[in-house]
Amino acid sequence: MRRFLTTSATLDRGIGLVALVLVALGPVAFSAYWVSFILTQTFWLGIAATSMIFLSAYGGMVSLGQVGIYGVAGIVLGNVVTTGQVKGLHLGWNPWLGVVLAIVIATVVGLLLGALASRSTGIYFLMLTLTFGVLIYYFFSSVTSFSGFSGISGIQGHTPSVVGDPTNHPNRLYYIALVAALLVYLGVRYLVRTPFGLTLQGIRDDPVRMASLGYNVELHRTLAFGLSAFVASLAGVLFVWWNDHVDPTSFGLGPIIDLLIVGVIGSLYRLEGAWVGAFAFILINNYTHDVNVPVVGGSFNTVIGVIFLAIVLLSPGGLLGIWEWLNRQARELMTGAGAATLAKARPVKP
Amino acid sequence: MTDYVAFVRAQADRAELVRLTLRRLPRLVVLAVAVFALVWVLFWAKDTTYGSAVSDPVDFFKVVLDSLTFAGLLFVVASGFTLIFGLMRVVNMAHGSFFLLGGLIAYYLQQDLAHGGGFGLQSSQVSTMNWVLPALIGSICLAAFGLIVQQLTLRWTQGQDLRQALITIAISVIVVDQLLAHMNAGNEQDISWPGSLDRFVSIGSIQYSLVRLFMLAAGLAIGVLLWLWLHRTRTGMVIRAGVDDRAMVSALGINIQLTFAIAFIVGSLLAGFGGVMGGSFAGLQSDVSGQWLLNSLVVVIIGGMGSLGGAAAGAVLYAFVSNFSAIYLPTTSNNCCTEYSVAFTFGLLAIVLAFRPLGLFGRPA
Repeated sequence: MRRFLTTSATLDRGIGLVALVLVALGPVAFSAYWVSFILTQTFWLGIAATSMIFLSAYGGMVSLGQVGIYGVAGIVLGNVVTTGQVKGLHLGWNPWLGVVLAIVIATVVGLLLGALASRSTGIYFLMLTLTFGVLIYYFFSSVTSFSGFSGISGIQGHTPSVVGDPTNHPNRLYYIALVAALLVYLGVRYLVRTPFGLTLQGIRDDPVRMASLGYNVELHRTLAFGLSAFVASLAGVLFVWWNDHVDPTSFGLGPIIDLLIVGVIGSLYRLEGAWVGAFAFILINNYTHDVNVPVVGGSFNTVIGVIFLAIVLLSPGGLLGIWEWLNRQARELMTGAGAATLAKARPVKP
Repeated sequence: MTDYVAFVRAQADRAELVRLTLRRLPRLVVLAVAVFALVWVLFWAKDTTYGSAVSDPVDFFKVVLDSLTFAGLLFVVASGFTLIFGLMRVVNMAHGSFFLLGGLIAYYLQQDLAHGGGFGLQSSQVSTMNWVLPALIGSICLAAFGLIVQQLTLRWTQGQDLRQALITIAISVIVVDQLLAHMNAGNEQDISWPGSLDRFVSIGSIQYSLVRLFMLAAGLAIGVLLWLWLHRTRTGMVIRAGVDDRAMVSALGINIQLTFAIAFIVGSLLAGFGGVMGGSFAGLQSDVSGQWLLNSLVVVIIGGMGSLGGAAAGAVLYAFVSNFSAIYLPTTSNNCCTEYSVAFTFGLLAIVLAFRPLGLFGRPA
């Protein structure tokens, strides 16, 4: 049994490594469209999804507030760095200062929201964070001094010199997003092995027991939410660099549900699911966006809605869940004979 | 020796006092905020849309009525949401799209009924029947639609509340997209109030819109009916028992599946009827779906999930805070309204949750 377990883990790692080498080759292996559009988008959307999956996989909290938080980061960055006639505060400060402020403010907002939501669990937490997310959208839609409905444009002209203008140098942003995605992945992997991460998983499994052992359950949940907000803010910064423009529609109810779909398509219970889901979502989006659905009518949203519904109904573990199931089936097929003899040899319990 | 005892006692008393003060502090803060808000609205509110309540009592009274009547509409929609959650533990994320669907069905029916439709239907052209009939049919269609959704997707996923929430989200995505494709939800569609309702009546010295009063009356009537149904009929008793202990109720030989179906039908019906009223009041467009999901969520989070009284309290609080913060905050520029009223909805939510994580009338599951 153990031998096959390790085989399947090795297989997963092998696939991951191949994917990593492929994306590291980047512009050599892929066309310019794929690099600047599909893959870069996959990286930042995957980071945003990671912030959600980290909470759901290790904290047992499915949050729909992550999009609002990356929206806060994006709006802050847009307000701080731009100059001239654009909407917002157009402060025109140093681009790096903009990045730092965006991350710090979004993380603080995340900590505050996390503190409010930390006493709710399960479905209440989902509803509450959804409400937070939608309220953030309405807030920035109505407050014209920060953004207003039309949002802030021309952010690509105010990036740090390392990034340059992503329209002229798409490869730079591509590699920055790739490195950020890798660091986020490794960072979260490390984090969940620390005492904090283990405590968080204990709280996920049995909050009452952890509380009676003396752990501060609400504090841990709040901190986890703050950390996920930090990750989401990275996605927000990359998003506005990539998109050049940020407005409330880019973090309204539509994108909130899109991110949830990304998580569910990948897997809400495995970190790798973030990028698998993001990649699948962007591919579907890209190739069905102008399609009219036959018979029933409708557009991309009907397609993605039906896929989402099918995955939730049939495989709650998402694509990675299907992959693991296939692995198990293969394993059983291969060990079938051995398992049968074992079952025969072992006396049946009364 | 006695000195020492007295000293320790005094110290303990002091510590107790500090503890009590600290415990009361949050309440005092909330009280202070409420008093400040009251004083602000009554006497202080200069540079706002209407000025302070003392200087302009007529408009103040109008804002109070506006809040109460909007609360009626909020209650109709949110009571359906809370009913479904209370019994089945299903958070119906498709509630907003049910609202939109019900409204749009009624809209097209009305267009057909009132002299074959046409743009810009005036309320004088709409007889009472031409509003009541579409409203009834729209609500009933939604009840049927809700039943189908519940039987096909929610019945066999019972007990998996997260999965059910995701299912209803998927359904709302599909429904809204289909409405965009087939029912022209991308453009605003206005259901027209009947001519008999669309006029002003005088209350004291002010003229007030009758349709707004009708919304309040509908909210009250539905609240009373729901209360009677839940507390005075057998089905209602079964539903309340099911809220408390589902397993026990079905062990007693009661068909709990039937009860679930009834609750979902009534909840969807209320969403549909809310959609008809909301569509007559403010028009229907695809983003109305998300807006009313948010409204329902805020109302039941404030009031407590699954509680009818909570939905009423939440509706009133939410309507008052959002209306008053829109009118009685200093105006930001030459335009009429303030931009920061959303922040006050947020503040209301934060204050309620800080003290009662399950909402005002919420009980742990």
